[in-house]
Amino acid sequence: MNRLQQLFRYLFPPHGLTLDGHKQVSTSREVTTLAASQCSVLYLPLQQHAGSKARLKVAVGERVLRGQCLTWIEPGVSVPVHAPTSGHVLAIEARPVAHPSGLSDTCIVLGPDGLDEADPQGLPPLPDYTQLDDATLRCRICEAGIVGLGGAVFPAAIKLNVKPDVPIRQLIINGAECEPWITCDDMLMRTRADEILAGASLMLQVLASHAPDGKLTCLIGIEDNKPEAIASMQTALMALTLREGRSPPHTLRVVPIPTRYPAGGEKQLIRQLTGQEVPSGGRPADIGMICHNVATARAIYRAVALGEPLMSRYVTVTGDGVTAPANFEVPFGMPVGELVRHAGGMLEPDCTLNMGGSMMGMALHSEQVPVVKATNCIRVLRPLPEQAPDITLPCIRCGRCAEACPMSLLPQQLFWHAHARELEQAEALHLFDCIECGCCTHVCPSHIPLVSYYRFAKADIRSKRTARTLADQARTRHEFREQRLERARRERAEKLARHKAAVKQSPPTERNIPDDSGTAGVAATPPPAADDPRNAAIQAALERAQARKAALTQQEPRESGS
Amino acid sequence: MTQTTPPRTLPDVATLMRQVLYALLPGTALLLYLYGFGLLSNLILACLCAWGLEALMLHLRQRPLPPFLSDYSVIVTGWLLAVSLPACSPWWLILISMVFAVVIGKHLYGGLGQNPFNPAMLGYAAVLISFPLEMTRWPDPARTGFDAAGLDALLAGVFGIGSLHWDSLSGATPLDQVRMALHGGKSLVDSGMPLFSWPRTLGWNLLNLAWLGGGLWLLWQRVISWHIPVALLGSLTLFSGLFWLLDPGHYASPLFHLLQGATMLGAFFIATDPVTASTTPLGKILYAGGIGAFVYIIRTWGGYPDAMAFAVLIMNMAVPLLDHYTQPRVYGHRHRWLP
Ligand code: SF4
Ligand code: SF4
Repeated sequence: MNRLQQLFRYLFPPHGLTLDGHKQVSTSREVTTLAASQCSVLYLPLQQHAGSKARLKVAVGERVLRGQCLTWIEPGVSVPVHAPTSGHVLAIEARPVAHPSGLSDTCIVLGPDGLDEADPQGLPPLPDYTQLDDATLRCRICEAGIVGLGGAVFPAAIKLNVKPDVPIRQLIINGAECEPWITCDDMLMRTRADEILAGASLMLQVLASHAPDGKLTCLIGIEDNKPEAIASMQTALMALTLREGRSPPHTLRVVPIPTRYPAGGEKQLIRQLTGQEVPSGGRPADIGMICHNVATARAIYRAVALGEPLMSRYVTVTGDGVTAPANFEVPFGMPVGELVRHAGGMLEPDCTLNMGGSMMGMALHSEQVPVVKATNCIRVLRPLPEQAPDITLPCIRCGRCAEACPMSLLPQQLFWHAHARELEQAEALHLFDCIECGCCTHVCPSHIPLVSYYRFAKADIRSKRTARTLADQARTRHEFREQRLERARRERAEKLARHKAAVKQSPPTERNIPDDSGTAGVAATPPPAADDPRNAAIQAALERAQARKAALTQQEPRESGS
Repeated sequence: MTQTTPPRTLPDVATLMRQVLYALLPGTALLLYLYGFGLLSNLILACLCAWGLEALMLHLRQRPLPPFLSDYSVIVTGWLLAVSLPACSPWWLILISMVFAVVIGKHLYGGLGQNPFNPAMLGYAAVLISFPLEMTRWPDPARTGFDAAGLDALLAGVFGIGSLHWDSLSGATPLDQVRMALHGGKSLVDSGMPLFSWPRTLGWNLLNLAWLGGGLWLLWQRVISWHIPVALLGSLTLFSGLFWLLDPGHYASPLFHLLQGATMLGAFFIATDPVTASTTPLGKILYAGGIGAFVYIIRTWGGYPDAMAFAVLIMNMAVPLLDHYTQPRVYGHRHRWLP
């Protein structure tokens, strides 16, 4: 039977890759919590989430307290940023941040004063949270600045805010952590399993009203290369079930899944756990699912039950160039250089810093880049031995990329079109379904940086689209303006004509001379006799109206002045 | 800050091509044993021509020499031609076929990865059409070993000098004999074909088994995927089996077809050339199935002794179409054909 399965796997290999995880490098040491008050300086970017930048509430020089919200809370627009410790705002300026574009971004530079004084007006703890309704919970999640901590940093409150008529049957909690080197979720599950489960229960509470039959299932997917995490989560789950009695309202299950990159991709995890696929361009909610990361679940629990806004997270410091690779609970804003020093520092002075795992990570060009909500891993890598530069050969159409692609795309044809800048064809080949996992690049024997081409093509298409939208808007605006001007012209002309007509009409009361437009209807009527009683009545009415108008114009300045 | 590209620990093009060369070794060794100097000269001449022409073309196209010359792809092309052409092929025959393969088949289309037709088979087909006589004369293995007689044969065959008369050395291949018999309306037994004679027939069988061995190693190393060899051999077996069952006296058995001519070489080394084959799984199966069918048709009713080159070239033409219509279903999309 096993042989048969092996044969089947050989004939029809599953998509994705089996990679060397390098996980044990950073899991052998305890998790250390780093105090924000001990940092020399914290850089807090205003944008640590997907969406628009948060608006500042504090000014330079102001003293802020731990947990104090530094930006305005604008639900649905931005996500607030909180001060991880008490101190002074030293500056508000552009600083290097971790972003592939390499641009700097506005950061609040916070100088901790070492007192770590908590904000008395911070979020109050809500210990009896099981009684709260979903709107209150969502509000709290938003106020606490919680975003998806798996890397996408999408505002958690928005993700949990499902339209009223959309049924939700499953909550997926993502503990797969498939990328090599990263172990922060693994360590979180080992050490904070109860908090994760409590957070998951809170999410179930928020979503309960969407379950068609009042019952939700929560599936916690963990790659089977993390037996300790699975065991810890299962133990915590057992304890939870015992505490809640025989029939918990919703079912939670810990599901080990095969280790295969990118099993932790939202779409791949959903297919692995439920057999269903998220429709292209759609969201998991379209098929009745909501997917959140384990770290997000824990953050939600702490925000609700302890009133603690999102101010820190687990970060893995690993790689072959760091003395003591381990996981840390790091306050946001800490420069990565300082974090690496907490892990014993670099083994060699010219090691390079990377953020993220080896498949989707990016190189950091500054030690000053702060740890933000999206930071899951800092890799310190020894400089590669001097070797021939990576030569890219032409595509030999070997099809390895297509075999590896977890989305079943045709990377070589996408590459072909992206390379030739035939963006429409690339889009027709579903370029936007690419999750940029890097599997294709990893296997390509010609060493073509395929993903870079896709990222570039996508950005190109997006900017073209934006340009098109802007042009469309401008055109609409222009047309509208033209219409408005045209209407104004027409109205003016009509008014003029009416006025003319009125002018023509009034003289006949004194002179009975038809003017050159004598055919005009009114003017052509025989002049009314002065002694006509009807005429006298009209005259009187006109005078009354004029008097009223005069009175009004006299009043007006007074009114507006008062 | 730049996005890092994922690490690569997997084989590159040069490694893949080297592995193909390793897999060609058992068959080549057997050929060397059978034909001695005759095959050695083929190999040396073909590889020299291949390398030289590639360098020349790269120079003319102003491409950098090192990455392209060291990717071994042109050596594979030369090697495949060397073992496909009759042993002791004249030097000019090899040169002409290599010109067709490398210059016209590869570089005029834009070099590595751009060519729609299998270069080796283009070179083979070109000389097969132009010089049918030279291409159908395989020398008698007994006369072309690594000895003085072989040296004489070498001089006669390759350079046309020496005392030996080339025609006296060569004869038709078993595959050719079967086709002749069929065309002449004779049955296989009547045609006097020695079905089990060493080294004429058994030599060919053994050679095919050697290619098969190398091919299986390639499968095991995952240099090639199973789709093309399985579909090619499957469809060849199907068609030959069908006709053989209908009239075993006239049509050769599937086993004969599988183990004669260039069947195994084609199934594992030629049709699997990634550049010119279909890239989707279903496309590969259809592509190789088509080759198997054409091989049988041309072998049985065509005018050429072996059919692999033509079958591959014909199916090369169908590749863009196959690729287009066999795209796999993308995650989250509905199937193209199924509801
Ligand atoms: S990066 Fe895109 S194209 Fe490449 S394997 Fe991943 S999903 Fe497929
Ligand atoms: S893996 Fe590289 S060489 Fe192979 S088909 Fe894909 S892009 Fe081309």
